[in-house]
Amino acid sequence: MADQATFADEAMQYAPQLYSGALRMTRNQADAEDLVQDTYLRAYRSFHTFQDGTNLRAWLFRIMTNAYINKYRAKQRRPQETDLGDVEDLYLYRRLGSMETAAASLSAEDEFLDLFTDDEVKQALEELPENFRLPVLLADVEGFAYKEIAELLEIPIGTVMSRLHRGRKAMHKALYEFAESRGLTSTAVGES
Amino acid sequence: MANCRETIAELDAFLDGELSDDVRTHIHAHLEGCTDCLSAFDFQAELKAAIRRKCSDEALPTGLLGKIQACFGDVDAG
Repeated sequence: MADQATFADEAMQYAPQLYSGALRMTRNQADAEDLVQDTYLRAYRSFHTFQDGTNLRAWLFRIMTNAYINKYRAKQRRPQETDLGDVEDLYLYRRLGSMETAAASLSAEDEFLDLFTDDEVKQALEELPENFRLPVLLADVEGFAYKEIAELLEIPIGTVMSRLHRGRKAMHKALYEFAESRGLTSTAVGES
Repeated sequence: MANCRETIAELDAFLDGELSDDVRTHIHAHLEGCTDCLSAFDFQAELKAAIRRKCSDEALPTGLLGKIQACFGDVDAG
């Protein structure tokens, strides 16, 4: 059983990570700050239920995801289930893979995907409809397993997998559109 | 051994570490002999890492830590 007196020492180090996740969930700074504050308050109150030796960061993210779903989704009468258009598999790879190979041969150190700015990647994620955004955020940014995501979002594992697959493809398509709008794709094979 | 279509179908689960040992072994065996699939897997792995890196480095707004710490005091007082 965890001791409330040590809560701040142990838990506050995760505040930047929680805040980043909260921004991706709520998509605005004021709500993200409220959500992080609310998360810490809930976590502090129930810290006695935290099992020492288990993953505190994951425990905090679970609390935050629940708080987000209860608090922010409660504003809508029922969660919006938005659909995404169909995007082919390996969408970005088919378009940028040849550029990546060329970049890699120039310099192994060169991080080709850094051609996307932080803001573009954040925007591509945040623009996903919520039922796709949460699985992608929890899997790709926060590193949760399918089973944990299924429990957090109360959807079957098969649904987690299909939303992840489709959400990622839509996000990759959005990234491609950023690259295209900046004229970065003119040298890509088949896309001139 | 899996073919290219089966391999690409498992790409997400492979990179997410969600495959059974059995299936992962089949995918590994295919990737060792197929540069096309290997190159696609590498690209997707880098993309996943880049997304994680770029979405998780927000600076905390000034004062947020103080507000959080203050609410612990409120809980204790209440």
